[in-house]
Amino acid sequence: MSQSTAAPVSEVAIPTIPLRELAPWALFFGLLGLVVIFFVTTDQGAVSLPAGTAVHEWVHDGRHLLGFPCH
Amino acid sequence: MNARAFLVRGLLVGLLAGIAAFAVAYAVGEPHVERAIALEEAGGVAATSDEETADHPHEAGTPAHSHGGGGDGGASVSRPTQRTWGLATGTLAIGVALGGLVALVAAGTLGRLGRLTPRQSTAAVALVGFTAFALVPFLKYPATPPAVGSGDTIGERTGYYFLFLLISLAVGIGAVVVATRLWQRRGAFEAVAIAATGYVAVMIVAGELMPTVNEVGDFPADELWFFRRASLYTLAMMWAVIGVGLTALVGRLHEQAASVAARRELAASL
Repeated sequence: MSQSTAAPVSEVAIPTIPLRELAPWALFFGLLGLVVIFFVTTDQGAVSLPAGTAVHEWVHDGRHLLGFPCH
Repeated sequence: MNARAFLVRGLLVGLLAGIAAFAVAYAVGEPHVERAIALEEAGGVAATSDEETADHPHEAGTPAHSHGGGGDGGASVSRPTQRTWGLATGTLAIGVALGGLVALVAAGTLGRLGRLTPRQSTAAVALVGFTAFALVPFLKYPATPPAVGSGDTIGERTGYYFLFLLISLAVGIGAVVVATRLWQRRGAFEAVAIAATGYVAVMIVAGELMPTVNEVGDFPADELWFFRRASLYTLAMMWAVIGVGLTALVGRLHEQAASVAARRELAASL
């Protein structure tokens, strides 16, 4: 209804970021972010990368309150 | 507007979100964590703790597992540390990581979600992120306080949780793609309504098919609800700060870029 005249007008072009430029950032920081999330949410609960409970005990309350399975 | 500009803003907003989430978790959530631990240590929670005493991987011998001050060697972190520095570490790390990830996704969707402006598409990413990453997984596998949950099933429960989280994320992304495709032919309202309905329907089916976890035992229902409500407040605060903050910063970034472009155009025309 309201956007019937949308196409030809095209006031301001909305910028895009080329995927080629974005890819290395997304890959590197995406992996880094996942590693951080893994250590805070999961490590030494179901899976233990460094054996022990130090990481688990340290982030214990955060894990519970952010809703991740803790123990 | 480039990837770096988005990432820097996302990390900054994520740090603020972590601080805000810590404040909420500390003020609203910690009293319930303390009460749950007190219940656990008083042995008041029977159904699951019995098994836990026998097989809990952390420390055999103590009732369930010790929360701080355990005196069982190096691993133990005291309760005052857990509820301050430990909690802050968790919320800040998750905040920064989520802020960065949301910003990179927002950078990728920039100009690619129909005719949404940078501000609108960033807000959409944060809204979908909160729904698909936090809210919907919480509805199926809600947060549990200490004393609820058997140590024997932590592997399964973690697996279910993250499987459901992955399904929710994948279906959420699918819904956004569908909405973007339908937009041209059907208009924004119908496109969003169809995609959102599809997401909800698929997630209800997935939620019904996936196994139920019920290890509450005789943990008091009101305490359980208070804890879960506090947990939801924490998650909501985290995502609200990321969403609102990043939307504001991206909007400003876009305005700056647009005004620079306009000035350059004007200069070229003179």
